[in-house]
Amino acid sequence: MTTQDQLSAWVREFARQVTEHRDELTALDSAIGDADHGANMARGMGAAVEALDASPPATAGAVFKLVGMTLVSKVGGASGPLYGTLFLRFGTAAGEVTELDAAGFAKAFRAGLEGVVARGRPEAGDKTMYDALAPALDALDEALAAGTSLGDALRSASAAADAGRDATIPMLARKGRASYLGERSVGHQDPGATSAALLVAAAAATLG
Amino acid sequence: MKKLINDPADVVVEALRGMAAAHPGLRVDLENRVVFRGDAPVRGKVGLVSGGGSGHEPMHGGFVGRGMLDAACAGEVFTSPVPDQMVAATEGVDGGAGVLHIVKNYTGDVMNFDMAAELTTAKTGVEVQAVVVDDDVAVQDSLYTAGRRGVGTTVLLEKIVGAAAEQGRSLAEVAGVARKVNERGRSMGMALTSCTVPAAGRPTFDLPDDEMEIGIGIHGEPGRRRVPIAPAKEIAEMLVEPILADADFTSEPVICFVNGMGASPLLELYLMYGEVATLLERAGVRIARSLVGPYITSLDMAGCSVTLLRADDDLLGLWDAPVDTPGLRWGA
Repeated sequence: MTTQDQLSAWVREFARQVTEHRDELTALDSAIGDADHGANMARGMGAAVEALDASPPATAGAVFKLVGMTLVSKVGGASGPLYGTLFLRFGTAAGEVTELDAAGFAKAFRAGLEGVVARGRPEAGDKTMYDALAPALDALDEALAAGTSLGDALRSASAAADAGRDATIPMLARKGRASYLGERSVGHQDPGATSAALLVAAAAATLG
Repeated sequence: MKKLINDPADVVVEALRGMAAAHPGLRVDLENRVVFRGDAPVRGKVGLVSGGGSGHEPMHGGFVGRGMLDAACAGEVFTSPVPDQMVAATEGVDGGAGVLHIVKNYTGDVMNFDMAAELTTAKTGVEVQAVVVDDDVAVQDSLYTAGRRGVGTTVLLEKIVGAAAEQGRSLAEVAGVARKVNERGRSMGMALTSCTVPAAGRPTFDLPDDEMEIGIGIHGEPGRRRVPIAPAKEIAEMLVEPILADADFTSEPVICFVNGMGASPLLELYLMYGEVATLLERAGVRIARSLVGPYITSLDMAGCSVTLLRADDDLLGLWDAPVDTPGLRWGA
């Protein structure tokens, strides 16, 4: 079982990781985007942690809704609505409970990914955050179905997210500002896939 | 980096404070970073809201006023505003006839305006429609890109649609005019130098002294190709030809707009306009109206863009109607 305190710890760890990797995310984004992904994510997740500190939510759903609304309100650009929608849908699917079992966690995370798909309409291979998250959630489901513990399943998911992130390097961008580059986007790692891999790594580090 | 700024983090809000001081006829909400018409909401009139990243001034805040926008949301430099700002703007201009969002086609802008429209309608029931401007012929419009970027046509569209709303046309009619302008407008831009985002402190891209970027976006995004610097006459051809190849501009008169990217002086922009006008005459395009100057800029980038809009009598009448904003003013 994962408690809402552990879920908050996941959010805090994600905030720590995007802050630690801020310059790397910005450098990746300056190659194929507009050089603000690191700053925007660090600013948004910093605000999310402040919001959690200011009024600790009582349920799993409330944790993610607070984080999602904060990101939507603070980040702007494309990552605000995308990560914001991910957390908002995650929270709605998690519901007003104080604990989530492994299956409930995976289902809520999947709902978050579906939110990303609804908002940004990414497809596999478009060179976006979807290319890290989709294989991660497939690996998570597969490991849980095989009876693996949530911790081990998340470690498999994190490895899949990292592989998905690396696989964006040779891809031709078909979404967002990077798509204007056409062939010139090939050979660069996608910043959104990179931050998404950090999200899964943070889950593996704090849950289960 | 040499700029007239204090702390780079405060550039947007301090510029808005200056705008409020310079233009007492506007109401500037510094907390939400929204510029409102002083008399908004105007009862019975369709409200027009636009917005986007800052750094393109006078667009969009400088186009708020009678005959143009009712409100403009200012994002961080080159970053879309957030839905909260757009919700505040939409509620603040709702005069009972609905609200039209004018959105430039960038992934962030489109998603944030989408969320804002959903949130406002859920919260207040106000009817919101959106029109997305995508006129940049430098980008191939296909399923495999984010689509064409919204650039110069946005300025002409905000003026024309503003006049339509001022006449008391319905939301459906005003949105129809907006779509018609977008369908009939095409733009192509170029850069001589990069811009420098205040928070970044260094040029966005490297462009050697003897090269220029053809097909540049308004955020320093790359264009179609990088070529050796050439005389204005040849640059005009590189901008006009792709526009004429993309759509027909000979069947009706056009509004011809030569825009400065921020650092190019009017002397050069008028020189470019002369070259563009010569090319258009040779191609059988009749210019009915013109606009020359820095209206949709990219901070301190040097360069220009050309926009052509195929106009009919209705669009020309709306173009000629009075407008009273910091950025465009005539007949008022």
